[in-house]
Amino acid sequence: MGEGERQRAGGRGSMLLCCVVEHDRGSVGEVGLELLSTGHRVASELGVTHEAIVIGPGAGDAVERFGAYGVDRAHIVEHAQLDSYAPDAYADSVAQLIAAHGPVAVLASGTEKGNEVLAHVAARTGLPMAANCTEVTPGDAGGDDAWTLTRMRWGGSLLEDARLEASTKLLTLAPHAFEPAQAAEAGDVEVAAFEPQLDEATSYTRVVAHEPSGGGVSLASAPVVVSGGRGVGSADGFDMLEQLAGLLGGAVGCSRVATNNGWRSHSDQVGQTGTKIAPQLYIACGISGATQHWVGCKDAKNILAINTDPEAPLVTRGNYAVVGNLHEILPAIVDEVRRRKTTA
Amino acid sequence: MNVLVCIKRVPAPGARINLTDDEQHIDTRHLGFTMSPHDECAVEEAVRMVTEHGGSSTVLSLGPPEADEQVRQAISMGVDHGVLLEIDDIDWEPQATASAITEAITTLTSEGTTFDLVLFGNESPDAGNYQVGIRVAYALGLPIVSGIKGIEFVDGGGVRVRRQVDDGFELYELTLPAAVAVKEGLNLPRYPAIKGRMRAKKASVRTFTPDAGPGGLRKLRLRQPREQKTETTVLGHGPEAATAVADLLEELGVM
Ligand SMILES: Cc1cc2nc3c(=O)[nH]c(=O)nc-3n(C[C@H](O)[C@H](O)[C@H](O)COP(=O)(O)OP(=O)(O)OC[C@H]3O[C@@H](n4cnc5c(N)ncnc54)[C@H](O)[C@@H]3O)c2cc1C
Ligand SMILES: Nc1ncnc2c1ncn2[C@@H]1O[C@H](COP(=O)(O)O)[C@@H](O)[C@H]1O
Repeated sequence: MGEGERQRAGGRGSMLLCCVVEHDRGSVGEVGLELLSTGHRVASELGVTHEAIVIGPGAGDAVERFGAYGVDRAHIVEHAQLDSYAPDAYADSVAQLIAAHGPVAVLASGTEKGNEVLAHVAARTGLPMAANCTEVTPGDAGGDDAWTLTRMRWGGSLLEDARLEASTKLLTLAPHAFEPAQAAEAGDVEVAAFEPQLDEATSYTRVVAHEPSGGGVSLASAPVVVSGGRGVGSADGFDMLEQLAGLLGGAVGCSRVATNNGWRSHSDQVGQTGTKIAPQLYIACGISGATQHWVGCKDAKNILAINTDPEAPLVTRGNYAVVGNLHEILPAIVDEVRRRKTTA
Repeated sequence: MNVLVCIKRVPAPGARINLTDDEQHIDTRHLGFTMSPHDECAVEEAVRMVTEHGGSSTVLSLGPPEADEQVRQAISMGVDHGVLLEIDDIDWEPQATASAITEAITTLTSEGTTFDLVLFGNESPDAGNYQVGIRVAYALGLPIVSGIKGIEFVDGGGVRVRRQVDDGFELYELTLPAAVAVKEGLNLPRYPAIKGRMRAKKASVRTFTPDAGPGGLRKLRLRQPREQKTETTVLGHGPEAATAVADLLEELGVM
């Protein structure tokens, strides 16, 4: 969309706000409900209608619960080109909806695909975009007023207060930064079918195949993660962590130092550029607790740090600590757990 | 096979990110700098591709004059050519960044270097805009997929790329020329050898001074997130603490 078109769209009155809701064949997760709740709140503050954009197979099923989240209208976007995830075809659809309706804002979830699709929309429309917002304070519904917002930097270790100025504001919401609250009164959702104009099959990049994962306890969902850093000292040093994780039905994690040294594969890495986890218990062995590691494990319900340094950040920020050499401490823990398991 | 990689210079903070008094920047007086980890994997991949298929690799960074250090870091890893888009700030907002990078690539292309593949990191660690690569690719008319942890060439001149999702991997196919935004885990970047570091020292880095284009996202200030203070319970010192740890595991119901 060119500059002229955008101004026309923005000038149409901008009486609506849209949320692009992710779903898996009709099922909407927690993060999608957080988005709708915030969309409803912001739309109410602005006095505009709250509309959802739902793309791909199952979109119709997804909207069933939307009334409870204050959605006035849902745009169901279906097309043969949208049958499997295709970031550019998804974005073309959203850009066409923007051109047709001139919303004051389009919100999406700050998930990997939410950020990706909205960035494609931003590229197509020439509009600015703010990723991973944690607070949103809208301006007037006029269309050209700036909004103030807060967004995550450094994976959440740092916040940025920013101004977003655009005829249509594009922003994504950081997962779990907003409450998934239902609207006070559940209303009816008007369902509108939207058929985008999309090019021939060959022009869109899409998912062509899916490989299921190997099974086993995944790092992201394990109830206990036993993690090691520089202090573990070698690939072999992780044997003891494997044993403890095995006894507790958990997974093994690591810091970037362990990955960079080739001791562990990157799929085990916890942190900003690794996996973010929220287990019941995180046992960090020989990890100092740099911010980029901390943002990956801070959501654990409990953190137990094992470290020679009582002042290490992960020790002082964790709930529990054992001070000392992990190579002496871990074998003793493994023995004790084994003993209790066999006598139990 | 000509590959271009876009990299960003970022500080490497430790346990806490301190800010300057005006709250506009990170206080980097006591910090080292590096390139973004995702970008570093992109550099490694470019070097491997050119080693295997021939052609040349180019690295490009927009940043302060000091970003020359990261451009040379990439050259020391084996990249052939370096381009620095020098600005008088730490960075620019994402639209202005993307416009300047697009323009520089267009200039390089008009001089005869066409790129089969343009690589980006998935997101910059400091700004986390999640968009510069996508904006540049769109402006250049290249298809792009983000979040990629595997790239392989397929017959007929395309690439098949892998993206990790909750329950496995998704595969996409792109025809070249194309762009890809990659994530750490794509490969294990090499540590530059002495020879590479010598070459990087002597290499000539081409410099452009772009004009800042418009953009609608303006930083007002940076601030620390609120953090709940936790009391740390020290369960003990050394192996004797094993009993207390096992008690805790039972208490938490994870044993
Ligand atoms: C942009 C960017 C992104 C990053 N992303 C990540 C990320 O996703 N994940 C990540 O982990 N890091 C990441 N890092 C790296 C991060 O900054 C740190 O360098 C890294 O987390 C440090 O790893 P570590 O704690 O294992 O090592 P160190 O910081 O060296 O700490 C080692 C710890 O082990 C303790 N120790 C040593 N020996 C023993 C022993 N025998 N017994 C007990 N304790 C011992 C020491 O007291 C120390 O506390 C990133 C960095 C940057 C710049
Ligand atoms: N200043 C820059 N110079 C070169 N490349 C950049 C710059 N900023 C961002 N990029 C590229 O765009 C990717 C995504 O950045 P961002 O949109 O800021 O999250 C990065 O991983 C880089 O590959």
